[in-house]
Amino acid sequence: MDKAVMDRRGFLGRGLSVGCSLAASPLMTPVSFAATGGENRLVVIILRGGLDGLDLVQPDDAALRQLRPTLLAGPRSGLELTEGMMLHAAAKPLWPLWQAGELAFVQGVSTPYRNKRSHFDGQDLLEAGTIEVPSGTGRDGWLNRMLQTMPNSTMTTAYAVGADPMLLSQGAAEVETWSPDVGFVLSSQGARLLELTMERDPEMALAMQKAILLAGEDGGGVFEASDGGMMADELDTMMDAQMNPKGRGRANAHLRVASFAAQQLRDAARVACFSIGGWDTHAAQARTLKTPLKHLSDSLRALKNGMGPDVWARTTVLAMTEFGRTVAENGTKGTDHGTGGLMVMAGGAIRGQKVHGQLAGFEEADLFQRRDLMPTDDVRRYAAWAIRESFGLDRSALEGVVFPGMQLGNAPGLLA
Amino acid sequence: MGFDPDIAQTRFGYGLSPKVTGPADITDMVALLRAKEPEMPWFPLPSDAEMREKMLALLDARRKISKAEKGSDAHQALQEAFKTARRAAKQEGAKWIGATLARRVWSRDGLRERLVAFWNDHFSAPGKNVIYRYTEAAYVANAIRPHVNGRFEDMLIAAVLHPQMLHFLDQNTSVGPNSTIAKKRSEKNLGLNENLAREILELHTLGVGGGYTQKDVRQLAELLTGVTTIQKKGTAFLAKRAEPGAETVLGKEYGKRRARMADVHAVLRDLARHPDTARHITRKLAVHFVSETPDEDLLVSMGARYLETDGDLAEVMEAMLRHPAAWAAVGPGVGNFKQPELFVSSSLRALAVPKERFRDVKSQELERLLGTPLRMMGQPWRRPFGPDGFEEADSYWLTPQGMAARLQWALGVPAEVLEDLPDPRQFAETTLGPQMPGAVKFAAEAAESRREGIALVLMSPAFQRV
Repeated sequence: MDKAVMDRRGFLGRGLSVGCSLAASPLMTPVSFAATGGENRLVVIILRGGLDGLDLVQPDDAALRQLRPTLLAGPRSGLELTEGMMLHAAAKPLWPLWQAGELAFVQGVSTPYRNKRSHFDGQDLLEAGTIEVPSGTGRDGWLNRMLQTMPNSTMTTAYAVGADPMLLSQGAAEVETWSPDVGFVLSSQGARLLELTMERDPEMALAMQKAILLAGEDGGGVFEASDGGMMADELDTMMDAQMNPKGRGRANAHLRVASFAAQQLRDAARVACFSIGGWDTHAAQARTLKTPLKHLSDSLRALKNGMGPDVWARTTVLAMTEFGRTVAENGTKGTDHGTGGLMVMAGGAIRGQKVHGQLAGFEEADLFQRRDLMPTDDVRRYAAWAIRESFGLDRSALEGVVFPGMQLGNAPGLLA
Repeated sequence: MGFDPDIAQTRFGYGLSPKVTGPADITDMVALLRAKEPEMPWFPLPSDAEMREKMLALLDARRKISKAEKGSDAHQALQEAFKTARRAAKQEGAKWIGATLARRVWSRDGLRERLVAFWNDHFSAPGKNVIYRYTEAAYVANAIRPHVNGRFEDMLIAAVLHPQMLHFLDQNTSVGPNSTIAKKRSEKNLGLNENLAREILELHTLGVGGGYTQKDVRQLAELLTGVTTIQKKGTAFLAKRAEPGAETVLGKEYGKRRARMADVHAVLRDLARHPDTARHITRKLAVHFVSETPDEDLLVSMGARYLETDGDLAEVMEAMLRHPAAWAAVGPGVGNFKQPELFVSSSLRALAVPKERFRDVKSQELERLLGTPLRMMGQPWRRPFGPDGFEEADSYWLTPQGMAARLQWALGVPAEVLEDLPDPRQFAETTLGPQMPGAVKFAAEAAESRREGIALVLMSPAFQRV
């Protein structure tokens, strides 16, 4: 091996430097870019832990006030959505989206999951989109099955963003997964040598090449040390810090995820999904719900800002949770796992300023098993209509493949 | 093609170590596997009873808190005590993971450790709550590990009837619809849960293509009623929960007389010896260890040995090792791509990370150096999506994110777990052996820093494909 090998133009190119302005690189442009099936975008956010829909969108109801003495005790937020429906005060950052007609809710919905109230099974069912908790081999997610049935599925780029693998996007259709929190610091010399060792293994080389480009888009990647601007010891310090999550600002991990998704959706991607956790508010809900609500608000705004007005105008965001929570407060000023819940919708493509769905009553006899909000509709039906209106999937595909056992029913008029 | 001392360790173990010598030949490999497990006094394995006691203590501490008066000093003291106990339990969880890694890094019998991981995945039962997340270590130590060189039927019985699996697959909620207890408490609507029965047939024994019907699932589920967990004792058979009458599974009748555990054992033994199970198990082993498209003759030979020996797993492994196809050379772009756990474990072995480093690891550090990176690579520690375990296909793992996370780990972690990084040139030689490709040798020499040199070796196809 001699110097000639090192000097030939490799896939990493010469002189990649901080930040890597690689958007224009022909290597990075996915094949789908030229011929995607339409311009509409769909984002699915899984809210893990069980969002208390009755607290995010608060009905004005005497029976409910009795059941929730501390949660509904304070002054109301003044953010009136529709008559009698008030937005939680901590969701105030979402108010401009509501006013712009880019926010809506669906009340009283649930997956077909009943009785057991386990996060584990509830999330599996939500992501599988089935009637029964999925088991055994060949499990896949409804978002993946949606991609498989889309008219231009092979041309559609989809991203699952974040650290944890999601059942939602698993399956036969190809979905790119990326977590902006994966980031390495490598010298350009190291990158060239890496390429050299993978030269005869095309599969590994291709995956590595994409990884380097993606890492460059979110601040990590390949850095010029010896012959560029950066000092070698500066690079060394960065390398030391790469296993330290604090160095990357753990508190803002959710923003990095949403921003990365927005960036991909602004380019070639048409579908993206990620999760936001922290909704399992068993105690002191008035306080503990604030953080996940902030994360949700931040994420929706980061999507909007990151996509820019034209793309946002074609975007539908669905935020779904595995179940709602008990109607009554528990002994620790929180709520326990329930059944009927709430879906949040956002995006420039939706018909905003709407609270869809039917809310059952709060008297004991109205509740599901005398404790939970009685579900009045299948949440999958609303997701299915959003998909139908965004991508034109037909009824049989939605009822038979994407959400088996679901009845599509009448159009709720979700999109503008 | 036959025995190769390097492949013996890379394909059938956790890779080459600069400190531990590998097996000399196939006879040596088989002898190591058949031998009694060597003691590792610095890392004893947890017993089920010991683990159960600890967890009960934890539950008890939590119960006491709810009984104490809120706001009182006693309440606060109990809460503090519970927090301390929970921290200790978490640290204990880290200790078991450290112990598992230490065995992979320092054992001469790498094949045994690989088999423990393989069978743990085959009988995946990740805890669904805090308690069961901690007890999984005892499940692996007692239901899986002792049987990797024994009969498949013994492992099957130990694993599917272990409290870990009974909880994971909802057996504890399954009650015969006509049982004494269901009739007595008719207001509770107690009934059958088929989950465990279905997965036994579909995943653990016959395989999804096996010759069984929904009726067999139902009948097996009825036969399993009565099997449940008693918190203080572990697995138990309670006749009052059992469905009365005989059940027929794959055409054979069980449980003609009163309901008892012996019938459950009998059906599991019959399922274990079934030809469909032999086919399913041997194929899965061959795909996992040798190739995504295993040699037909290798499968025939392993399957025959399985049936001849009523599923003696040491015999089946010997049949694999004695077959020339098991030793096919790895080339550029050819060979199984390591799953993340294997990648990380074999890297630690190549670096000969000292035992003390594993023994003394704190749970937070373990999360940072192992837990989070494995999640990023797509394989959170022992947390597959479901009872079918982790994906086997190479294409699932060979992704941009997976490669990025491996590179991040390879650049960051070795420097944190070792006082001094080895010289990359020497490291390349001890890790890849005489088959080291020229490009890797060149890269190890040309790297600007030791850190990058080590990472380049660990990232090379020669290390990642086995």
